[in-house]
Amino acid sequence: MEIVHVYTKRRNEFGRQCNFSDRPAELHVDILPDPSLASNFIERDPCDVPIQCTQEMSEHEVNTERFESDTRGINHVEGGWPKDVNPQEMEQTIRFRKKVEKDEHYSSTIMQLGSNMEHCIKQNNAINIYQEYFEEEEEELVEESEEQPSAKTINVFRDPNEIKRTATCLSWHPDGSCKLAVAYSSLGFQNISPDMSYDSYIWDIENPNKPEMTLKPVSLLVCLEYNPKDSHILVGGSYNGQIAYWDTRKGSQPVEMSTIEHSHRDPVYKVIWLQSKTGTDTFSASTDGQVLWWDIRKMSEPTERLVLDPNKKGNLDNALGAISLEFETTMPTKFMVGTEQGLVVSCNRKAKTPAEKIVCTYSGHHGPIYALQRNPFFPKNFLTVADWTARIWSEDIKESSIMWTKYHMAYLSDGCWSPVRPSVFFTVKMDGTLDVWDFLFKQNDPTLSLKVCDEALYSLRVQDNGRFLACGSQLGTATLLEISPGLCTLQRNEKALATAMFERETKREKILEARHREMRLKERSRSEQSKDEDTKEGDGEESVEELATRTEAEFYEIVEAELKKRAKEQEKKVRRD
Amino acid sequence: MLPKAEVEETLKRIQTHKGVIGTIVVNAEGIPIRTTLDNSTTVQYAGLLHQLTMKARSTVRDIDPQNDLTFLRIRSKKHEIMVAPDKEYLLIVIQNPSE
Repeated sequence: MEIVHVYTKRRNEFGRQCNFSDRPAELHVDILPDPSLASNFIERDPCDVPIQCTQEMSEHEVNTERFESDTRGINHVEGGWPKDVNPQEMEQTIRFRKKVEKDEHYSSTIMQLGSNMEHCIKQNNAINIYQEYFEEEEEELVEESEEQPSAKTINVFRDPNEIKRTATCLSWHPDGSCKLAVAYSSLGFQNISPDMSYDSYIWDIENPNKPEMTLKPVSLLVCLEYNPKDSHILVGGSYNGQIAYWDTRKGSQPVEMSTIEHSHRDPVYKVIWLQSKTGTDTFSASTDGQVLWWDIRKMSEPTERLVLDPNKKGNLDNALGAISLEFETTMPTKFMVGTEQGLVVSCNRKAKTPAEKIVCTYSGHHGPIYALQRNPFFPKNFLTVADWTARIWSEDIKESSIMWTKYHMAYLSDGCWSPVRPSVFFTVKMDGTLDVWDFLFKQNDPTLSLKVCDEALYSLRVQDNGRFLACGSQLGTATLLEISPGLCTLQRNEKALATAMFERETKREKILEARHREMRLKERSRSEQSKDEDTKEGDGEESVEELATRTEAEFYEIVEAELKKRAKEQEKKVRRD
Repeated sequence: MLPKAEVEETLKRIQTHKGVIGTIVVNAEGIPIRTTLDNSTTVQYAGLLHQLTMKARSTVRDIDPQNDLTFLRIRSKKHEIMVAPDKEYLLIVIQNPSE
């Protein structure tokens, strides 16, 4: 059915009709030349006329296809020898050489070339022609200029497999950071298809086309770490709960794997290397509630086991699932575990009884704690990233964090401190953005917020020099970003300012904590008094059901009042029209 | 003076300059005639620099056919490679420039 709109307008409303008629040509104006006007002008002599005669050029932009490069070596073999000379025979080659040297042409050429060469050699020795002048001045200029913080993508490493897996963990190579190990897995429940490849890769950051090395585990790797002492060894925790370690010199298969009976029962979410003389100790955490210590030389069973039971009874059923671990080499006896339930548990490794192992807990998050890290400059303060916020805590204050970000629109999935600046930390969110926070500059918002990709970002790792960082996404893309020098060079007074800020916030929280304690004491003493009175009355508090019915009734009242209000507004609107 | 002795003297003088690591004389086929470095290094330098010099020469002549390559200097982080080309021979000197 065609919808047609018809409107009518009367002819006399259009205006007067045009009537055209034919007429012969009429002369309106005739201006005759008047030479006397020429006296008002002088001839210009000389005349400057610019002319350009150049090639016509046009500019085009072309975007080329992805450039794939491969490195190959060349084996140099001696060649070019004439047929009768055998290059292996010393005699023949010497004879040939002597023959060439006797040639006159040879001597004259060498004399001439020699003099040229000598000139250049002497030039080199006399003065350094590439000397940098004004080196110190340049540096000063850079310090003074206030540049905008920025970050740019240097390289993107894509998962070469057809079925894309999430890049769940990244680890930088300990010396020089020219390699990046990425663990790929699929964290969705029962999301693993039979065609999904289990491989994880080590990428050379200069070559994004092909991974440098493949690691072939038995099950998808959830986390992967380079050994800070031996850059050839990596340890990985897999989806089925086993721990495996690789030696890059020995190939893609794991050198040894932990036995299934003694491993975790859930995916291993985090594995960290410990500081030890042998450099072979690691510990791992998983959502099955256990933290296990391993010596990689003997993977048949863990050297130690800790059950994260908040009641300190070692009961596995009550245990909190662990999602992240924290270990600082300067404090080797303490470590922290971030749990699925939103609690951070601080533990002491050297405790005698398992009950004493768990020292204290910090609560305040609503969801699993995906990242947990101490500030490299202020070990007493640590950062946790969970649910929609990132929080900074002080070890002494257990009730709440001392600083926190606002609640974001997307879930935060990972975060870490900058290793060079005490007040800078990075977080990644599920909407694909990377936030750089500098709390000495701005506390409410990130200093820099960058959309790295359209899919969710799951992991983040900063390189030790603080300049490069890599983030991994849901489709297995690891992006390498370089941040502007302003964000990775230590500013003047930064340490002092950060110390002052942390102390101030800690003090504030302490005061609040003290006040809370006072209020609670008062409440308790009051309720004790009222309890005696209550038993006389027999009425006591409302039971839970009564409370529920009362709140339900209140709720419905509010809803109905709102509905009535809206109906009234509707009526008013209709009446107006 | 015998031309041969002169040649010897020139090459020796070049070699004894401050910072010079090695000297190689290569002919048009890429065969090293005289060298002060070990064989494998010489063969590598001879092969690679020969090709590079040919390429550089053809580049210069492409831009201006009247022009020709007189000298090629490659400065790298560690040292400087200087190549004096000729129609038939190539004189290569590797020097550590004084800083």
